[in-house]
Amino acid sequence: MGNNNVETTYRSNIMICAGTGCVANGSLKVKDALETELIKRNLQNEIKIVLTGCNGFCAKGPVMVVYPEDIFYQMVKPEDVPHLVEEHFIKGRPVQKFLYTPPAQKDAIPVMNEIPFFKHQVLRALRNRSLIDAEKIEEYIARDGYMAAAKALTEMTPEQIVSEVKKSGLRGRGGAGFLTGLKWELCARVPGEIKYILCNGDEGDPGAFMDRSVMEADPHSVLEGMIIAAKAINAHYGYIYVRAEYPLAVHRLQLAIEQAKERGLLGQDILGTGFDLDIEIYQGAGAFVCGEETALMASIEGKRGMPRAKPPFPAVKGLWQRPSVLNNVETFANVPPIILHGADWFASLGTEKSKGTKVFALSGALNNIGLVEVPMGIPLKTIIFDIGGGIKNNRKFKAVQMGGPSGGCIPHTLIDTPVDYENINKTGAIMGSGGMVVMDETTCMPAMAKFFLEFTEDESCGKCVPCRIGNKTLLSILTRITNGEGREGDLELLLNLSQQIKDTSLCGLGQTSPNPVLTTIKYFRDEYEAHIKEHRCPARVCTPLVKFVVDKDKCKKCGQCFRACPTGALKWEKGQVAYIDPEKCTKCKSCIKACRFWSID
Amino acid sequence: MAKLTIADLKKIKEEYHQGLREGGFRAKVTVHMGTCGIAAGARGIMNTVMEELAKSNLKDVAITTSGCAGLCSQEPMATIELSGEPPVKYISLTADKMRRIFTEHVVGGKPVKEYALVVGHETTY
Repeated sequence: MGNNNVETTYRSNIMICAGTGCVANGSLKVKDALETELIKRNLQNEIKIVLTGCNGFCAKGPVMVVYPEDIFYQMVKPEDVPHLVEEHFIKGRPVQKFLYTPPAQKDAIPVMNEIPFFKHQVLRALRNRSLIDAEKIEEYIARDGYMAAAKALTEMTPEQIVSEVKKSGLRGRGGAGFLTGLKWELCARVPGEIKYILCNGDEGDPGAFMDRSVMEADPHSVLEGMIIAAKAINAHYGYIYVRAEYPLAVHRLQLAIEQAKERGLLGQDILGTGFDLDIEIYQGAGAFVCGEETALMASIEGKRGMPRAKPPFPAVKGLWQRPSVLNNVETFANVPPIILHGADWFASLGTEKSKGTKVFALSGALNNIGLVEVPMGIPLKTIIFDIGGGIKNNRKFKAVQMGGPSGGCIPHTLIDTPVDYENINKTGAIMGSGGMVVMDETTCMPAMAKFFLEFTEDESCGKCVPCRIGNKTLLSILTRITNGEGREGDLELLLNLSQQIKDTSLCGLGQTSPNPVLTTIKYFRDEYEAHIKEHRCPARVCTPLVKFVVDKDKCKKCGQCFRACPTGALKWEKGQVAYIDPEKCTKCKSCIKACRFWSID
Repeated sequence: MAKLTIADLKKIKEEYHQGLREGGFRAKVTVHMGTCGIAAGARGIMNTVMEELAKSNLKDVAITTSGCAGLCSQEPMATIELSGEPPVKYISLTADKMRRIFTEHVVGGKPVKEYALVVGHETTY
């Protein structure tokens, strides 16, 4: 690291090139700017500026080398200096954009922002991902942690916090997309000595794990968001509702609460400001309906987790009949940077009505399954094909289910849809909490709708009739369709009943549960008709509708099915069309999965 | 423990980075231990790192954990950061791969290209 010949009285030395080339490119102006900035930051006794002779890399001038780290910066302009000083000398991280990247070497490891999976992502809610140890509060503090809370508690009135968050355009990341600042304002206006700030970590959509990841990787960001919200509505007690199936999230949140309490960042007189907030974890038993706000509050009260009719809204009468605000994990994680960097900074990313970023859990038939954070408005295509790496096994993209069982599918024809609240709603799906289940052509859409209905039918709390009985009836119709017993008029019945359930259910569960049915009929009606009228499953998923007969015209005689068959039912010889012996066939569909040519009907 | 003030917060922030900057360690190994990583065997990878560290007798290597790195399908993952160099992310680790990475990258200073996914930082803010 070559710090032998560096004077020890300074912690760092900046060697600015004052060769002719660099001076011509303005290196002396950069030096002046650095001097001014170091004095401004009171770093002049810690960091020394040294003018050097020609560095040799004149094409990239002005250049400089920073010791002891031995970091080479190139093409630095005077106006870049404040940013450089703040990042490198105060925060201790090299500034990426001035680093020199050698011309592509054949076997070089790719740079993070050159590979599509990372390139299109912008991390805000996940800003500390893979950078900090979630179990050490100092690591969070070292990355600006609790500075936003400090600012909110000392420099801002509740009205100012509300107005900043409102102005930022942040909307609820749990799925419904209600304006967060407005929610806080409604509660702040309600008089009351006792109010509650609540965090919804009851993530229940199949295929969704965004909130779990935030709670595991950066629990303090959630706590800090809650402190700021508590000040805004004047709450002094809070709960984080997490399902018990998330033991690591519970563990790390618990640890974070303890550490924050020990250091006076929670509890009485936070940071010596006189503001009090206690936060407790409440572990849920994993009922899907408890993600609904009134059911969640009932659950914390020790009652059966069932929703109630609104109004009164929780902002007026929530937990224990007191005014309460409930926000999602990701929403809270987004709050500290808004306070620290301002509403305009937050709103600089995104679309007209959907600001900032959204975290998505990618799952299903994609090459890159994982957790991604992207700016609002990014085309669906970029998420699926660039970040997600396209469809596995060279199959074709068919549809993506967004918003879990409450959402709907978006077909391949709408792949260019920008991902924001308005545009996703237009397709009939919802943004939801961020689950994206990607499907290829081997997915049967009526069977997919049936899968989600099985889930909602099972998770319905049973309080209101439309949801309890309606979903059961929807499921029984879907079951008979996928069993090959569909009747004329079933489609109309499904559509009619779905609309009834949506219109008359008590809570969000029933109001959204028919969405998978409605969107699959909207976009893949021909598949339903094939099931009902022709007793045929085009994706060969519904076993009762598959004949297990080889189509002689389509068979390429490759023998893949023969190799896949575990029971010896498949007969094949080189150059011959395959044949399935119905006596031996157990209908396991191994041959169908192996065949690339859709030759088995 | 004493309650913090805002001045303390700033001090922790400064000092914590001071530690990183002063070269308290030469290399930092981060094992990604979100639920996905743990399910894929991150605990075993962590054990391997600890064993290798004990064997190597090195005193300038920091071992730490972090949450999910986002690419859950490629877990277990680890990030190796040598001071003054951009971090390198390794994917689909096994104990054998981790041992080789430790020997060649952490001890030897040369990244193991076959196992590496990317170098550098992600875009934040």
